[in-house]
Amino acid sequence: MTVQLLAGQLLLGLINGSFYALLSMGLAIIFGLMNVVNFAHGAQYMIGAFTAWFLLTNFGVPYWAALVIAPLIVAALAMIMERLLLRPLSNLDHLYGLLATYAIALIVEGLVRQRYGATGIPYDSPIKGGIHLGFMFLPWYRLWVVVFSIVTCVGTWFLIEKTRLGAYLRAANEMPQIVESFGINVPKMITLTYGFGAGLAALSGVLAAPIYQVSPSMGSNVMIVVFAIVVIGGMGSISGAIITGYLLGIVEGLTKIVYPEGANMVVFVFMAAALMWRPDGMMKSN
Amino acid sequence: MSETALKSSAATAPAMLSVENLHAWYAESKVLHGINFDVREGELLTLIGRNGAGKTTTLRAIMGILQKRTGSIRINGDELIGKRTFEIARKGIAYCPEERAIFSSLSVRENLLLPPVLKPGGLTEEEVFEIFPNLLRRASSQGTKLSGGEQQMLALARILRTGSRLLLLDEPSEGLAPVVVKEIGEMILKIKARGYTVLLVEQNLRFARKVADRHVVIENGAVADILTAEEVERAPERIQSYLGV
Ligand SMILES: Nc1ncnc2c1ncn2[C@@H]1O[C@H](COP(=O)(O)OP(=O)(O)OP(=O)(O)O)[C@@H](O)[C@H]1O
Ligand SMILES: [Mg+2]
Repeated sequence: MTVQLLAGQLLLGLINGSFYALLSMGLAIIFGLMNVVNFAHGAQYMIGAFTAWFLLTNFGVPYWAALVIAPLIVAALAMIMERLLLRPLSNLDHLYGLLATYAIALIVEGLVRQRYGATGIPYDSPIKGGIHLGFMFLPWYRLWVVVFSIVTCVGTWFLIEKTRLGAYLRAANEMPQIVESFGINVPKMITLTYGFGAGLAALSGVLAAPIYQVSPSMGSNVMIVVFAIVVIGGMGSISGAIITGYLLGIVEGLTKIVYPEGANMVVFVFMAAALMWRPDGMMKSN
Repeated sequence: MSETALKSSAATAPAMLSVENLHAWYAESKVLHGINFDVREGELLTLIGRNGAGKTTTLRAIMGILQKRTGSIRINGDELIGKRTFEIARKGIAYCPEERAIFSSLSVRENLLLPPVLKPGGLTEEEVFEIFPNLLRRASSQGTKLSGGEQQMLALARILRTGSRLLLLDEPSEGLAPVVVKEIGEMILKIKARGYTVLLVEQNLRFARKVADRHVVIENGAVADILTAEEVERAPERIQSYLGV
Protein backbone atom coordinates (compact mmCIF):
# COMPACT_ATOMS: atom_id res chain seq x y z
CA MET A 1 0.00 0.00 0.00
CA THR A 2 1.11 3.54 -0.58
CA VAL A 3 1.39 6.44 1.82
CA GLN A 4 -0.94 8.37 -0.47
CA LEU A 5 -3.65 5.76 -0.14
CA LEU A 6 -3.21 5.59 3.60
CA ALA A 7 -3.38 9.35 4.08
CA GLY A 8 -6.36 9.60 1.78
CA GLN A 9 -8.33 6.97 3.65
CA LEU A 10 -7.38 8.53 6.96
CA LEU A 11 -8.84 11.80 5.82
CA LEU A 12 -12.01 10.21 4.46
CA GLY A 13 -12.32 8.34 7.74
CA LEU A 14 -11.99 11.58 9.63
CA ILE A 15 -14.80 13.12 7.58
CA ASN A 16 -17.13 10.18 8.24
CA GLY A 17 -15.94 10.22 11.82
CA SER A 18 -17.04 13.85 12.13
CA PHE A 19 -20.62 12.79 11.50
CA TYR A 20 -20.33 9.73 13.72
CA ALA A 21 -18.98 11.90 16.55
CA LEU A 22 -21.66 14.59 16.25
CA LEU A 23 -24.49 12.08 16.05
CA SER A 24 -23.28 9.77 18.78
CA MET A 25 -22.63 12.75 21.05
CA GLY A 26 -26.26 13.88 20.67
CA LEU A 27 -27.48 10.35 21.38
CA ALA A 28 -25.24 10.11 24.43
CA ILE A 29 -26.52 13.43 25.80
CA ILE A 30 -30.13 12.36 25.43
CA PHE A 31 -29.47 8.90 26.84
CA GLY A 32 -27.42 10.35 29.68
CA LEU A 33 -30.24 12.53 30.99
CA MET A 34 -33.37 10.68 29.95
CA ASN A 35 -32.25 7.06 29.67
CA VAL A 36 -34.05 7.05 26.33
CA VAL A 37 -32.33 5.52 23.33
CA ASN A 38 -33.41 8.10 20.79
CA PHE A 39 -34.21 6.07 17.70
CA ALA A 40 -35.60 9.22 16.11
CA HIS A 41 -32.07 10.63 15.93
CA GLY A 42 -31.57 9.49 12.34
CA ALA A 43 -34.91 10.98 11.31
CA GLN A 44 -33.97 14.26 13.00
CA TYR A 45 -30.68 14.23 11.07
CA MET A 46 -32.51 13.57 7.83
CA ILE A 47 -35.12 16.27 8.53
CA GLY A 48 -32.26 18.70 9.21
CA ALA A 49 -30.89 18.02 5.73
CA PHE A 50 -34.32 18.15 4.11
CA THR A 51 -35.15 21.41 5.86
CA ALA A 52 -31.97 22.98 4.50
CA TRP A 53 -32.81 21.78 0.98
CA PHE A 54 -36.45 22.87 1.31
CA LEU A 55 -35.48 26.32 2.56
CA LEU A 56 -33.03 26.72 -0.31
CA THR A 57 -35.30 25.58 -3.12
CA ASN A 58 -38.45 27.31 -1.89
CA PHE A 59 -37.19 30.43 -0.24
CA GLY A 60 -33.64 30.77 -1.48
CA VAL A 61 -32.31 30.48 2.06
CA PRO A 62 -28.56 29.88 1.72
CA TYR A 63 -26.63 27.09 3.40
CA TRP A 64 -25.14 29.31 6.10
CA ALA A 65 -28.54 30.51 7.26
CA ALA A 66 -29.94 26.98 7.08
CA LEU A 67 -27.13 25.82 9.33
CA VAL A 68 -28.78 27.88 12.07
CA ILE A 69 -32.46 27.73 11.09
CA ALA A 70 -32.84 24.00 10.39
CA PRO A 71 -31.50 22.88 13.79
CA LEU A 72 -33.80 25.39 15.50
CA ILE A 73 -36.84 24.09 13.62
CA VAL A 74 -35.97 20.46 14.36
CA ALA A 75 -35.25 21.29 18.01
CA ALA A 76 -38.67 22.93 18.33
CA LEU A 77 -40.41 19.92 16.79
CA ALA A 78 -38.42 17.59 19.02
CA MET A 79 -39.41 19.53 22.13
CA ILE A 80 -43.07 19.24 21.20
CA MET A 81 -42.53 15.53 20.67
CA GLU A 82 -40.86 15.22 24.07
CA ARG A 83 -43.74 16.95 25.83
CA LEU A 84 -46.52 15.08 24.05
CA LEU A 85 -45.00 11.66 23.59
CA LEU A 86 -41.92 11.00 25.68
CA ARG A 87 -42.87 12.70 28.95
CA PRO A 88 -46.01 10.60 29.47
CA LEU A 89 -43.83 7.51 28.98
CA SER A 90 -41.04 8.64 31.27
CA ASN A 91 -42.37 6.78 34.32
CA LEU A 92 -42.62 3.51 32.43
CA ASP A 93 -39.87 1.16 31.35
CA HIS A 94 -37.34 2.89 29.10
CA LEU A 95 -38.21 0.42 26.38
CA TYR A 96 -41.40 2.42 25.75
CA GLY A 97 -39.40 5.55 25.00
CA LEU A 98 -37.23 3.57 22.63
CA LEU A 99 -40.25 2.13 20.83
CA ALA A 100 -41.96 5.53 20.63
CA THR A 101 -38.92 7.19 19.08
CA TYR A 102 -38.52 4.26 16.70
CA ALA A 103 -42.14 4.63 15.62
CA ILE A 104 -41.61 8.34 15.01
CA ALA A 105 -38.51 7.57 12.96
CA LEU A 106 -40.39 5.10 10.75
CA ILE A 107 -43.34 7.45 10.28
CA VAL A 108 -41.21 10.47 9.44
CA GLU A 109 -39.02 8.53 7.04
CA GLY A 110 -42.08 7.01 5.39
CA LEU A 111 -43.79 10.37 4.95
CA VAL A 112 -40.70 11.99 3.45
CA ARG A 113 -40.22 9.06 1.06
CA GLN A 114 -43.87 9.32 0.05
CA ARG A 115 -43.56 13.02 -0.69
CA TYR A 116 -40.08 13.32 -2.18
CA GLY A 117 -39.20 9.81 -3.37
CA ALA A 118 -36.37 7.57 -2.34
CA THR A 119 -33.58 8.89 -4.53
CA GLY A 120 -30.99 11.27 -3.26
CA ILE A 121 -31.35 14.96 -4.04
CA PRO A 122 -28.10 16.86 -4.56
CA TYR A 123 -27.39 19.96 -2.50
CA ASP A 124 -24.77 22.33 -3.83
CA SER A 125 -21.69 22.77 -1.75
CA PRO A 126 -21.55 26.31 -0.36
CA ILE A 127 -17.76 26.36 -0.57
CA LYS A 128 -16.25 25.61 -3.96
CA GLY A 129 -12.78 24.40 -4.73
CA GLY A 130 -10.24 22.70 -2.59
CA ILE A 131 -6.60 21.92 -2.20
CA HIS A 132 -4.29 19.35 -3.79
CA LEU A 133 -2.53 17.63 -0.93
CA GLY A 134 -0.42 15.45 -3.18
CA PHE A 135 -2.11 12.26 -2.09
CA MET A 136 -5.59 13.51 -2.71
CA PHE A 137 -7.76 16.48 -3.59
CA LEU A 138 -9.39 17.86 -0.42
CA PRO A 139 -12.46 19.97 -1.10
CA TRP A 140 -12.61 22.98 1.22
CA TYR A 141 -16.09 22.03 2.24
CA ARG A 142 -14.91 18.74 3.73
CA LEU A 143 -12.22 20.51 5.66
CA TRP A 144 -14.89 22.86 7.00
CA VAL A 145 -16.98 19.88 8.12
CA VAL A 146 -14.07 18.35 10.03
CA VAL A 147 -13.11 21.62 11.72
CA PHE A 148 -16.68 22.61 12.50
CA SER A 149 -17.55 19.23 13.98
CA ILE A 150 -14.46 19.21 16.18
CA VAL A 151 -15.29 22.70 17.47
CA THR A 152 -18.92 21.71 18.09
CA CYS A 153 -17.95 18.51 19.87
CA VAL A 154 -15.36 20.17 22.10
CA GLY A 155 -17.71 23.04 22.87
CA THR A 156 -20.54 20.70 23.80
CA TRP A 157 -18.25 18.51 25.86
CA PHE A 158 -17.09 21.60 27.75
CA LEU A 159 -20.67 22.72 28.33
CA ILE A 160 -21.66 19.39 29.80
CA GLU A 161 -18.57 18.36 31.68
CA LYS A 162 -17.25 21.69 32.89
CA THR A 163 -20.11 24.08 33.52
CA ARG A 164 -22.81 24.47 36.13
CA LEU A 165 -25.49 23.63 33.60
CA GLY A 166 -23.71 20.37 32.87
CA ALA A 167 -23.50 19.57 36.58
CA TYR A 168 -27.30 19.93 36.76
CA LEU A 169 -27.67 17.54 33.85
CA ARG A 170 -25.40 14.93 35.39
CA ALA A 171 -27.03 15.29 38.79
CA ALA A 172 -30.55 15.14 37.35
CA ASN A 173 -29.64 11.87 35.68
CA GLU A 174 -28.73 10.41 39.09
CA MET A 175 -31.53 11.82 41.26
CA PRO A 176 -34.01 14.06 39.43
CA GLN A 177 -36.22 14.62 42.48
CA ILE A 178 -33.34 15.88 44.57
CA VAL A 179 -32.23 18.27 41.84
CA GLU A 180 -35.82 19.47 41.59
CA SER A 181 -35.86 20.00 45.38
CA PHE A 182 -33.06 22.53 44.83
CA GLY A 183 -35.54 24.66 42.90
CA ILE A 184 -34.58 23.51 39.40
CA ASN A 185 -37.32 22.86 36.86
CA VAL A 186 -36.09 19.42 35.86
CA PRO A 187 -38.89 18.58 33.40
CA LYS A 188 -38.12 21.76 31.46
CA MET A 189 -34.44 20.92 31.53
CA ILE A 190 -35.23 17.50 30.05
CA THR A 191 -37.31 19.07 27.26
CA LEU A 192 -34.53 21.51 26.42
CA THR A 193 -31.92 18.75 26.47
CA TYR A 194 -33.93 16.63 24.08
CA GLY A 195 -34.32 19.66 21.83
CA PHE A 196 -30.59 20.29 21.99
CA GLY A 197 -29.74 16.69 21.11
CA ALA A 198 -32.18 16.71 18.20
CA GLY A 199 -30.83 20.08 17.09
CA LEU A 200 -27.33 18.59 16.98
CA ALA A 201 -28.66 15.80 14.78
CA ALA A 202 -30.24 18.34 12.45
CA LEU A 203 -27.01 20.34 12.37
CA SER A 204 -25.18 17.20 11.28
CA GLY A 205 -27.84 16.70 8.63
CA VAL A 206 -27.28 20.17 7.17
CA LEU A 207 -23.52 19.56 7.22
CA ALA A 208 -24.04 16.24 5.46
CA ALA A 209 -26.35 17.51 2.71
CA PRO A 210 -23.62 18.74 0.32
CA ILE A 211 -21.51 15.60 0.87
CA TYR A 212 -23.93 12.66 0.92
CA GLN A 213 -26.99 14.20 -0.80
CA VAL A 214 -30.40 14.52 0.79
CA SER A 215 -32.46 11.34 0.95
CA PRO A 216 -35.13 9.82 3.22
CA SER A 217 -32.94 6.90 4.23
CA MET A 218 -29.79 8.91 4.96
CA GLY A 219 -30.61 8.87 8.65
CA SER A 220 -31.36 5.21 9.12
CA ASN A 221 -28.24 4.26 7.14
CA VAL A 222 -25.84 6.19 9.31
CA MET A 223 -27.62 5.51 12.60
CA ILE A 224 -26.91 1.79 12.58
CA VAL A 225 -23.22 2.61 12.78
CA VAL A 226 -23.80 5.42 15.28
CA PHE A 227 -25.70 3.18 17.68
CA ALA A 228 -22.78 0.78 17.62
CA ILE A 229 -20.44 3.68 18.39
CA VAL A 230 -22.50 4.78 21.38
CA VAL A 231 -22.40 1.24 22.71
CA ILE A 232 -18.61 1.10 22.28
CA GLY A 233 -18.09 4.53 23.81
CA GLY A 234 -20.25 3.74 26.82
CA MET A 235 -23.93 4.69 26.79
CA GLY A 236 -24.27 8.23 28.03
CA SER A 237 -20.55 9.07 28.01
CA ILE A 238 -20.03 12.29 26.06
CA SER A 239 -16.27 12.07 25.71
CA GLY A 240 -16.55 8.36 24.94
CA ALA A 241 -19.03 9.03 22.13
CA ILE A 242 -16.89 11.78 20.58
CA ILE A 243 -13.58 9.93 20.67
CA THR A 244 -15.08 6.64 19.54
CA GLY A 245 -16.89 8.46 16.73
CA TYR A 246 -13.69 9.85 15.23
CA LEU A 247 -11.66 6.72 15.90
CA LEU A 248 -14.11 4.38 14.26
CA GLY A 249 -14.48 6.67 11.28
CA ILE A 250 -10.74 6.35 10.84
CA VAL A 251 -10.69 2.61 11.52
CA GLU A 252 -13.39 2.17 8.91
CA GLY A 253 -11.32 4.16 6.43
CA LEU A 254 -8.20 2.12 7.09
CA THR A 255 -10.11 -1.14 6.79
CA LYS A 256 -11.01 -0.09 3.25
CA ILE A 257 -7.32 -0.40 2.40
CA VAL A 258 -6.47 -3.70 4.00
CA TYR A 259 -9.79 -5.49 3.61
CA PRO A 260 -12.35 -3.46 1.66
CA GLU A 261 -15.08 -6.09 2.05
CA GLY A 262 -14.88 -5.71 5.82
CA ALA A 263 -15.18 -1.93 5.99
CA ASN A 264 -18.93 -1.99 6.46
CA MET A 265 -18.83 -4.35 9.35
CA VAL A 266 -15.64 -3.45 11.21
CA VAL A 267 -17.57 -1.14 13.53
CA PHE A 268 -19.83 -4.00 14.57
CA VAL A 269 -16.87 -6.26 15.20
CA PHE A 270 -15.62 -3.58 17.58
CA MET A 271 -19.03 -3.33 19.17
CA ALA A 272 -19.21 -7.07 19.80
CA ALA A 273 -15.69 -7.02 21.20
CA ALA A 274 -16.50 -4.05 23.42
CA LEU A 275 -19.62 -5.73 24.74
CA MET A 276 -17.67 -8.84 25.65
CA TRP A 277 -14.63 -7.05 26.98
CA ARG A 278 -16.22 -4.16 28.84
CA PRO A 279 -20.01 -4.11 28.80
CA ASP A 280 -19.96 -0.65 30.43
CA GLY A 281 -18.13 0.95 27.53
CA MET A 282 -14.54 2.01 27.17
CA MET A 283 -14.77 5.49 28.63
CA LYS A 284 -16.79 4.79 31.74
CA SER A 285 -14.70 5.39 34.81
CA ASN A 286 -14.85 2.99 37.77
CA MET B 1 -27.42 34.78 72.39
CA SER B 2 -27.82 31.86 74.84
CA GLU B 3 -29.72 28.73 73.95
CA THR B 4 -32.62 29.55 76.28
CA ALA B 5 -32.93 33.00 74.76
CA LEU B 6 -33.19 31.39 71.32
CA LYS B 7 -35.82 29.02 72.59
CA SER B 8 -37.98 31.67 74.21
CA SER B 9 -37.90 33.95 71.17
CA ALA B 10 -38.94 31.03 68.97
CA ALA B 11 -41.79 30.24 71.32
CA THR B 12 -43.52 33.53 70.58
CA ALA B 13 -42.56 33.87 66.91
CA PRO B 14 -45.25 33.65 64.21
CA ALA B 15 -45.72 30.37 62.30
CA MET B 16 -43.45 30.07 59.29
CA LEU B 17 -44.85 26.75 58.11
CA SER B 18 -48.33 25.54 58.96
CA VAL B 19 -49.55 22.07 58.13
CA GLU B 20 -53.28 21.53 58.46
CA ASN B 21 -55.22 18.34 58.05
CA LEU B 22 -52.60 16.81 55.76
CA HIS B 23 -53.51 13.51 54.13
CA ALA B 24 -51.13 11.73 51.77
CA TRP B 25 -51.03 8.57 49.69
CA TYR B 26 -48.46 6.32 48.04
CA ALA B 27 -50.48 5.24 45.00
CA GLU B 28 -53.62 3.73 46.58
CA SER B 29 -52.17 3.27 50.05
CA LYS B 30 -53.02 6.08 52.46
CA VAL B 31 -50.20 6.90 54.85
CA LEU B 32 -51.00 10.28 56.45
CA HIS B 33 -54.38 10.79 58.08
CA GLY B 34 -54.78 14.46 58.95
CA ILE B 35 -51.49 15.86 60.26
CA ASN B 36 -51.58 19.26 62.03
CA PHE B 37 -48.66 21.32 63.33
CA ASP B 38 -46.92 24.69 62.97
CA VAL B 39 -43.23 25.49 62.74
CA ARG B 40 -42.47 28.95 64.13
CA GLU B 41 -39.85 31.22 62.75
CA GLY B 42 -36.43 30.42 64.21
CA GLU B 43 -37.71 27.28 65.87
CA LEU B 44 -36.30 23.77 65.74
CA LEU B 45 -39.20 21.37 65.72
CA THR B 46 -38.80 17.60 65.62
CA LEU B 47 -41.12 15.05 64.12
CA ILE B 48 -40.52 12.07 66.31
CA GLY B 49 -42.01 8.60 66.11
CA ARG B 50 -41.37 4.94 65.45
CA ASN B 51 -40.33 3.30 62.18
CA GLY B 52 -43.03 3.62 59.58
CA ALA B 53 -44.98 6.26 61.52
CA GLY B 54 -45.05 8.63 58.54
CA LYS B 55 -42.29 11.13 59.35
CA THR B 56 -40.47 10.90 56.03
CA THR B 57 -43.78 10.89 54.23
CA THR B 58 -44.70 14.17 55.93
CA LEU B 59 -41.50 15.82 54.68
CA ARG B 60 -42.00 14.40 51.18
CA ALA B 61 -45.57 15.70 51.14
CA ILE B 62 -44.44 19.17 52.22
CA MET B 63 -41.74 19.15 49.52
CA GLY B 64 -44.21 17.99 46.87
CA ILE B 65 -42.14 14.91 46.07
CA LEU B 66 -45.25 13.03 47.08
CA GLN B 67 -47.85 14.74 44.89
CA LYS B 68 -50.94 12.91 46.04
CA ARG B 69 -51.86 14.95 49.11
CA THR B 70 -54.77 17.00 50.45
CA GLY B 71 -55.24 19.53 53.23
CA SER B 72 -53.20 22.68 53.55
CA ILE B 73 -49.47 23.41 53.79
CA ARG B 74 -48.59 27.08 53.95
CA ILE B 75 -45.25 28.82 54.14
CA ASN B 76 -45.51 32.44 55.22
CA GLY B 77 -49.13 32.25 54.10
CA ASP B 78 -48.50 30.77 50.61
CA GLU B 79 -50.30 27.50 49.86
CA LEU B 80 -48.04 24.65 48.72
CA ILE B 81 -50.62 21.98 47.93
CA GLY B 82 -50.89 21.75 44.16
CA LYS B 83 -47.40 23.19 43.68
CA ARG B 84 -44.53 21.30 42.10
CA THR B 85 -41.34 20.46 43.99
CA PHE B 86 -39.19 23.10 42.28
CA GLU B 87 -41.81 25.78 42.95
CA ILE B 88 -41.95 24.79 46.62
CA ALA B 89 -38.16 24.96 46.87
CA ARG B 90 -38.24 28.47 45.42
CA LYS B 91 -40.51 29.56 48.28
CA GLY B 92 -37.50 29.09 50.55
CA ILE B 93 -37.67 25.48 51.71
CA ALA B 94 -34.63 23.21 51.53
CA TYR B 95 -34.72 19.45 51.93
CA CYS B 96 -32.08 17.06 53.21
CA PRO B 97 -33.37 13.54 52.53
CA GLU B 98 -32.97 10.45 54.68
CA GLU B 99 -30.73 8.76 52.07
CA ARG B 100 -28.53 11.88 51.95
CA ALA B 101 -28.51 11.85 48.15
CA ILE B 102 -24.90 12.72 47.46
CA PHE B 103 -24.19 12.71 43.72
CA SER B 104 -21.54 10.20 42.74
CA SER B 105 -20.81 11.94 39.44
CA LEU B 106 -19.81 15.13 41.28
CA SER B 107 -16.95 16.01 43.62
CA VAL B 108 -17.55 17.18 47.19
CA ARG B 109 -17.18 20.81 46.13
CA GLU B 110 -19.47 20.32 43.11
CA ASN B 111 -22.05 18.68 45.36
CA LEU B 112 -21.79 21.61 47.73
CA LEU B 113 -22.14 24.21 45.00
CA LEU B 114 -24.82 22.39 43.03
CA PRO B 115 -27.96 23.85 44.63
CA PRO B 116 -28.42 27.31 43.13
CA VAL B 117 -28.79 30.35 45.35
CA LEU B 118 -32.52 31.07 45.23
CA LYS B 119 -32.78 33.96 47.63
CA PRO B 120 -30.39 36.32 49.39
CA GLY B 121 -29.50 35.56 53.00
CA GLY B 122 -27.77 32.18 52.64
CA LEU B 123 -24.31 31.41 53.96
CA THR B 124 -21.23 31.96 51.82
CA GLU B 125 -19.00 29.03 50.88
CA GLU B 126 -16.50 30.17 53.55
CA GLU B 127 -19.17 30.30 56.24
CA VAL B 128 -20.31 26.80 55.30
CA PHE B 129 -16.75 25.49 55.60
CA GLU B 130 -16.47 27.17 59.01
CA ILE B 131 -19.30 24.99 60.25
CA PHE B 132 -18.03 21.91 58.35
CA PRO B 133 -14.22 22.22 58.34
CA ASN B 134 -13.65 18.57 57.41
CA LEU B 135 -15.48 19.03 54.10
CA LEU B 136 -12.92 21.60 53.03
CA ARG B 137 -10.18 18.99 53.42
CA ARG B 138 -12.07 16.54 51.21
CA ALA B 139 -13.34 19.14 48.72
CA SER B 140 -11.96 17.46 45.60
CA SER B 141 -12.90 13.86 46.52
CA GLN B 142 -15.75 12.17 44.74
CA GLY B 143 -18.92 12.85 46.74
CA THR B 144 -19.80 9.25 47.50
CA LYS B 145 -16.24 8.39 48.62
CA LEU B 146 -16.90 10.20 51.91
CA SER B 147 -17.79 8.34 55.10
CA GLY B 148 -21.44 8.18 56.14
CA GLY B 149 -20.97 10.99 58.64
CA GLU B 150 -19.19 13.19 56.13
CA GLN B 151 -21.87 12.54 53.52
CA GLN B 152 -24.48 13.61 56.06
CA MET B 153 -22.51 16.79 56.74
CA LEU B 154 -22.24 17.46 53.01
CA ALA B 155 -25.98 16.96 52.60
CA LEU B 156 -26.58 19.52 55.36
CA ALA B 157 -23.89 21.89 54.16
CA ARG B 158 -25.10 22.17 50.58
CA ILE B 159 -28.54 23.49 51.51
CA LEU B 160 -27.21 26.35 53.65
CA ARG B 161 -26.01 28.45 50.72
CA THR B 162 -29.34 28.61 48.92
CA GLY B 163 -30.96 31.33 50.99
CA SER B 164 -33.81 29.03 52.03
CA ARG B 165 -34.62 29.75 55.66
CA LEU B 166 -36.65 26.63 56.39
CA LEU B 167 -34.70 23.37 56.45
CA LEU B 168 -36.36 19.96 56.37
CA LEU B 169 -33.86 17.43 57.76
CA ASP B 170 -34.64 13.72 57.66
CA GLU B 171 -32.86 11.70 60.37
CA PRO B 172 -29.38 13.17 60.14
CA SER B 173 -28.28 10.93 63.03
CA GLU B 174 -29.35 7.69 61.37
CA GLY B 175 -26.75 4.97 61.12
CA LEU B 176 -23.90 7.03 62.53
CA ALA B 177 -21.52 6.33 65.41
CA PRO B 178 -22.32 8.15 68.69
CA VAL B 179 -19.36 10.56 68.40
CA VAL B 180 -20.44 11.52 64.90
CA VAL B 181 -24.03 11.97 66.04
CA LYS B 182 -22.74 14.34 68.71
CA GLU B 183 -20.77 16.32 66.12
CA ILE B 184 -23.80 16.55 63.84
CA GLY B 185 -25.85 17.75 66.80
CA GLU B 186 -23.37 20.57 67.43
CA MET B 187 -23.48 21.51 63.76
CA ILE B 188 -27.25 21.62 63.80
CA LEU B 189 -27.15 23.94 66.83
CA LYS B 190 -24.73 26.19 64.94
CA ILE B 191 -27.09 26.20 61.97
CA LYS B 192 -29.97 27.08 64.26
CA ALA B 193 -27.92 29.86 65.86
CA ARG B 194 -27.63 31.34 62.37
CA GLY B 195 -31.39 31.91 62.53
CA TYR B 196 -32.55 29.00 60.36
CA THR B 197 -35.91 27.42 61.06
CA VAL B 198 -35.58 23.64 61.19
CA LEU B 199 -38.06 20.80 60.88
CA LEU B 200 -36.11 17.75 62.00
CA VAL B 201 -37.25 14.16 61.66
CA GLU B 202 -35.75 11.97 64.38
CA GLN B 203 -36.09 8.65 66.14
CA ASN B 204 -33.11 9.19 68.41
CA LEU B 205 -34.70 10.90 71.42
CA ARG B 206 -31.41 11.77 73.12
CA PHE B 207 -30.28 13.56 70.00
CA ALA B 208 -33.65 15.25 69.52
CA ARG B 209 -33.72 16.50 73.12
CA LYS B 210 -30.35 18.21 72.71
CA VAL B 211 -31.41 20.38 69.81
CA ALA B 212 -35.19 20.83 69.77
CA ASP B 213 -37.56 23.52 71.01
CA ARG B 214 -40.63 21.34 70.54
CA HIS B 215 -41.45 17.78 69.60
CA VAL B 216 -44.34 16.60 67.46
CA VAL B 217 -45.00 12.92 68.05
CA ILE B 218 -46.21 11.08 64.95
CA GLU B 219 -48.01 7.77 65.27
CA ASN B 220 -49.70 5.85 62.46
CA GLY B 221 -49.77 8.84 60.17
CA ALA B 222 -51.28 11.26 62.70
CA VAL B 223 -50.06 13.62 65.40
CA ALA B 224 -50.25 11.86 68.77
CA ASP B 225 -48.87 14.69 70.89
CA ILE B 226 -46.99 17.97 70.84
CA LEU B 227 -44.53 18.65 73.67
CA THR B 228 -42.21 21.53 74.43
CA ALA B 229 -38.58 20.90 75.34
CA GLU B 230 -39.38 21.94 78.92
CA GLU B 231 -42.22 19.45 79.16
CA VAL B 232 -39.93 16.69 77.97
CA GLU B 233 -37.24 17.66 80.46
CA ARG B 234 -39.77 17.65 83.30
CA ALA B 235 -41.38 14.34 82.35
CA PRO B 236 -39.36 12.39 79.77
CA GLU B 237 -41.45 9.23 80.38
CA ARG B 238 -44.31 10.71 78.45
CA ILE B 239 -42.44 10.95 75.14
CA GLN B 240 -40.52 7.75 75.84
CA SER B 241 -43.76 5.82 76.08
CA TYR B 242 -44.63 6.84 72.51
CA LEU B 243 -41.31 5.62 71.24
CA GLY B 244 -41.35 2.44 73.26
CA VAL B 245 -37.95 3.06 74.79
N1 LIG C 1 -42.61 4.36 48.40
C1 LIG C 1 -43.55 3.85 49.22
N2 LIG C 1 -44.58 3.16 48.70
C2 LIG C 1 -45.54 2.65 49.50
N3 LIG C 1 -45.56 2.76 50.83
C3 LIG C 1 -44.56 3.44 51.41
C4 LIG C 1 -43.50 4.02 50.63
N4 LIG C 1 -42.64 4.62 51.46
C5 LIG C 1 -43.13 4.44 52.70
N5 LIG C 1 -44.30 3.74 52.68
C6 LIG C 1 -45.12 3.36 53.83
O1 LIG C 1 -45.59 4.53 54.44
C7 LIG C 1 -45.54 4.44 55.84
C8 LIG C 1 -44.77 5.60 56.43
O2 LIG C 1 -43.43 5.55 55.97
P1 LIG C 1 -42.37 6.66 56.30
O3 LIG C 1 -41.19 6.39 55.44
O4 LIG C 1 -42.99 7.98 56.21
O5 LIG C 1 -42.02 6.33 57.82
P2 LIG C 1 -40.96 7.00 58.77
O6 LIG C 1 -41.71 7.52 59.92
O7 LIG C 1 -40.12 7.96 58.05
O8 LIG C 1 -40.13 5.74 59.22
P3 LIG C 1 -38.55 5.57 59.43
O9 LIG C 1 -38.28 6.02 60.81
O10 LIG C 1 -38.35 4.09 59.30
O11 LIG C 1 -37.83 6.34 58.41
C9 LIG C 1 -44.92 3.08 56.16
O12 LIG C 1 -45.95 2.20 56.47
C10 LIG C 1 -44.26 2.68 54.89
O13 LIG C 1 -44.31 1.28 54.74
MG1 LIG D 1 -38.14 7.99 57.49
